[in-house]
Amino acid sequence: MKFSDLPRRAGVGFKPEHFPAINAEPQPIGFFEVHAENYMGAGGPPHAQLGKLRQDYALSIHGVGLSIGSVQPLDREHLSRLKIVCDRYEPESFSEHLAWSTHDRVFLNDLLPLPYTDQTLASVADHIDQVQETLKRQMLLENPATYLLFAESTLEETEFLTEVVRRTGCGLLLDINNVFVASTNHHMHPGDYLARFPVEAVSEIHLSGHSETVDDAGAPLLIDSHDTPVKDPVWALYAALIARIGPVATLIEWDNDVPAWSVLSAEAQAADEILKNTNKRRAA
Amino acid sequence: MSLCTQTRFAAALADPAVAVPPGLTAWNGLQPQRRFAVYRNNVVVGLTGAIASRFPAAQTIVGEAFFSAMAAEFIRVHPPRSPLLLSYGDDFADFVERFEPANDIAYLPDVIRLEAARGKAYHAADVAPLDAAKLAALPPERLADLVFVPHPSLSILRSPHPLVTIWAMNAGEAELRSIEDWTAEDAMVARPHMTVEVRRMPPGGAVFLQALASGERLATAVEHAIENASAFDLSANLAGALQTGAFIAFH
Repeated sequence: MKFSDLPRRAGVGFKPEHFPAINAEPQPIGFFEVHAENYMGAGGPPHAQLGKLRQDYALSIHGVGLSIGSVQPLDREHLSRLKIVCDRYEPESFSEHLAWSTHDRVFLNDLLPLPYTDQTLASVADHIDQVQETLKRQMLLENPATYLLFAESTLEETEFLTEVVRRTGCGLLLDINNVFVASTNHHMHPGDYLARFPVEAVSEIHLSGHSETVDDAGAPLLIDSHDTPVKDPVWALYAALIARIGPVATLIEWDNDVPAWSVLSAEAQAADEILKNTNKRRAA
Repeated sequence: MSLCTQTRFAAALADPAVAVPPGLTAWNGLQPQRRFAVYRNNVVVGLTGAIASRFPAAQTIVGEAFFSAMAAEFIRVHPPRSPLLLSYGDDFADFVERFEPANDIAYLPDVIRLEAARGKAYHAADVAPLDAAKLAALPPERLADLVFVPHPSLSILRSPHPLVTIWAMNAGEAELRSIEDWTAEDAMVARPHMTVEVRRMPPGGAVFLQALASGERLATAVEHAIENASAFDLSANLAGALQTGAFIAFH
């Protein structure tokens, strides 16, 4: 089995509108990440661009449609398509979400939440086994941004993820914005969540922006919108975590209201500074 | 999660009239109406956005509000059956044709068909188009029996409306102006290299290419084309088809 192996540097989510700027000169970017589903066509500009990026940079392929958190069986056709994309580009890492997005074969196009129970644990672990056996590589599982809770949950999310890792040998993609969003939404302290998180399994970190609204009672409700710079409290959690566990491949995700390349690249440089400074401190 | 929990969650997502399923909570113990609404909104906005990104000219024609409402109704009746959204909406034109509020805009379904063909061409397999020199090197007596292999990106559309003109004006490819000469226009869509090309077909051209693409001999395709338009010009049409990369081989 091939293990996830991204450089311990900052990367960005690739957007086709940035291709001319990226291609114009070498970029100080550790890796690019793409959504697998955007590269499931037979050919055309998407593959031409990704093929070129792949020559020059490390690559992370991030699935958004496999529905690993569903209690129904995985879509084998979709898993085969993922295998084709992974075989074609041989990425350093493949990741997916702790969420479901398909029910009765209808694709809902959102990362939907699941209760954390022994039953869902068994089903998620089975699905991850199936993915890792098919792709012949370790996958990373990403913690979700959630807006509500299930009365039937019997496990904490961090317990659930710890047990998934123990049963399947998968790695984790720790999305710190999701931690901040979900912790705020559930009136918990993000630092407590991170203290319980099985950080030894983390092979990649995601950072992104969120927006703010309120729930029925007027309590803060944060939305994982990926449409702004990374917010200060998320940077602070990130810096503290890196100081604790050392450098980890870190992705800036910006999917909506995508800014100019220079703005996105500057966000990545800010993350890279934190990673480099940690290296220096550790060496000293 | 039992299958029942997931089924109830999915049903409530699809229909805002369905109450938030039991068993969903928030830290403050309240009914999570607005929290559940975030997921409902994500589903509709995400899928509407997927449709809008495939059909920008159609959206320009009807305006954003009308388009979103029409797309939301399409999503309700024809939800995606695959996470592969690249091809979601291939049947959107057929839906719009029967969508009563859009009936006044008779050309709208054809514009959507043209945009669907562009999307198909964009993601089609990369194959080098046929080199015209190979055809020129053949002895003339062989031409009549030639059969051509269409490029995987090729689509031919026939429309009773000035389809290419309308599409171009609403896709920012041509200036908006009133159409004085409201005539039928056929279109060819192909992507010989990295750019999708849309070309207005000369008289008989669409019938000619359709015949060739379906595997008819060149001589038979010419017969069909002349039946369709007596002014059909073989050498101009063949040169045009080769230039736009309509074919990848002949035998």
